[in-house]
Amino acid sequence: MGQSLLEVKDLTIRFGGIAALAGVDLTVEEGELVALIGPNGAGKTTLFNCLCGIYRPDRGEMRFAGHDLRGLRPDAIARLGISRTFQNIELFRNMTALDNILLARHIHMRVGFWDAALATSRWWREEVRHRARAEEILDFLDLQAARHRRVADLPIGQQKLVELGRALALEPKLLLLDEPSSGMTAEEKEDLVFRIKDILEELGITIVLVEHDLKLVMGIAQRVIVLDHGQVIAEGTPAEVQQHPDVIRAYLGEESLS
Amino acid sequence: MELRERYEEDLALVLGLPAWLGLLVALAVLVLFPLLAPRYLVYIVTLMAIHILVAIGLNLLTGYTGQISLGHAGFVAIGAYTAGLLMVRVGVPFPFAFLLSGFSAAFFGFLLGLPVLRLTGPYLTIATLGFGIAVHQVLTNWEGLSGGRMGLFIPKPSIGPWTLASEAALYYLAVGTTGVLTWIAYNLVRSHIGRAFVAIRDSDVAAEVMGVNLMVYKTLAFGLSAFYAGVAGALQGHLLGYIEPQMFTLFESIYYFSMIVVGGLGTIPGSILGAVLMTILPQVLSGLREWLPIVYGGTIIFIMAVEPWGLYGRWLRIKWWLKTWPF
Ligand SMILES: Nc1ncnc2c1ncn2[C@@H]1O[C@H](COP(=O)(O)OP(=O)(O)OP(=O)(O)O)[C@@H](O)[C@H]1O
Ligand SMILES: [Mg+2]
Repeated sequence: MGQSLLEVKDLTIRFGGIAALAGVDLTVEEGELVALIGPNGAGKTTLFNCLCGIYRPDRGEMRFAGHDLRGLRPDAIARLGISRTFQNIELFRNMTALDNILLARHIHMRVGFWDAALATSRWWREEVRHRARAEEILDFLDLQAARHRRVADLPIGQQKLVELGRALALEPKLLLLDEPSSGMTAEEKEDLVFRIKDILEELGITIVLVEHDLKLVMGIAQRVIVLDHGQVIAEGTPAEVQQHPDVIRAYLGEESLS
Repeated sequence: MELRERYEEDLALVLGLPAWLGLLVALAVLVLFPLLAPRYLVYIVTLMAIHILVAIGLNLLTGYTGQISLGHAGFVAIGAYTAGLLMVRVGVPFPFAFLLSGFSAAFFGFLLGLPVLRLTGPYLTIATLGFGIAVHQVLTNWEGLSGGRMGLFIPKPSIGPWTLASEAALYYLAVGTTGVLTWIAYNLVRSHIGRAFVAIRDSDVAAEVMGVNLMVYKTLAFGLSAFYAGVAGALQGHLLGYIEPQMFTLFESIYYFSMIVVGGLGTIPGSILGAVLMTILPQVLSGLREWLPIVYGGTIIFIMAVEPWGLYGRWLRIKWWLKTWPF
């Protein structure tokens, strides 16, 4: 048993009085696209922060590809193959789009301090190899024009894409996307849907998607998990979840049921 | 195939015939300079080279990695005293004492880097400031070690049978060392190591989530930065022939800091430019010694307010403007 890529059991974390996560259980299978939805303050971002090692949960288990994630530093978790984007863009603002993406090749660099310091031929080969990889990602996301531009100067939609590219450059097994479409135009959102499908189907990367745009979610998610007040209140296919009374209540309030 | 060549061009430090010719001319001027220039100027340029080392080291830590240090005179002192004491008290030959000056400063850099990992912003600055003051106090009061206020006379460096006694010889030693360490700094900042530094500066959370070990890279930045300062300290001791604790006070730390602010945070050319200008400034203002702290302080505030990217940043913008001019 237990061959799920990600298994979370009884995950709990409190900030002061409130439990941002109160005993969350969920699993993610390899190769699936799971959407994680829920009203503001439900705990979606907090769950991502726990999985990435930014927050230390008070209780519960997190297992990823056979590894226990508890107590690991964020960089160690990145090495295991979990990557993410941030709800409020966390790019390296003064770097170019290319350098942002190259930074995420860090864990794949096979040269050490001295090769870099002395610019050995080994360093050159390695750097060019990762450059080629970064260029592929820029092509995939149609970001060639932004290559040498400082990311802080790019429009929000493009910044979101650079962040997606950076997350991909890590070559993760599991990709956590925190509201990737927020701040995008309708057109950009449409493109994003195709790109997310490509990431899933062509690159074979498992995705957990946090998204407020329910139309977008229902179109691509295979399974939806609904979080409210730090608890999973519903889970199932998009169609099942949309019918679920608790979900309707959580989203639209009591009166909408009657 | 065509693309591949372009990546390598992007990585090259010197590209194209004019750039190579310019570099060759600059090298020739640097080699011929001490043979033609008056001794006083040779001394000044040697001092510039030493200041460039400190400025590049400080910029790696502050400009690139975003960790402000107001205690760099402490590392310069550790380098100067390591080299001096090893040669005078232990009789270690110059080349080893010289190398060890860098490594002992780097060691203290790592040590300082460990506890300050948890500090950011003003707290970190205060910790480094305290470190600089502590080094000065130890050197002043532990007379058995340092010779205290009496100072320490530093012998001329010698490599095998050759003694580097003349101004010109010390010039070549300092300029050569600075040249090599500048090249290494360039290599580091265009590699994954430099990217990790800048990533930590811009968003340490994202850097960590993308696989950068903060502890390794922050302590590396501290150690590396201190290494440059330590080597500069050893060179300074040899240039002056004498060291004493008053040469390594908070005032010097602020002086080094003003170099990178004036030249430009987070760039190597900016470090060089700032060090050169801030070496000339006190020479020009030699009649106003007491006012120098105010001049440095005022300069830092002025540049921070008007041109946060320093003079090198301003120059890049002028160049861009000229290129695109009539349009
Ligand atoms: N670092 C923190 N300190 C204090 N409280 C926090 C912290 N992080 C999250 N919380 C609280 O935990 C709860 C869940 O927040 P979280 O950001 O996970 O919600 P979310 O589902 O991502 O909401 P949104 O859709 O608005 O992004 C909120 O009440 C929030 O205030
Ligand atoms: Mg959120």
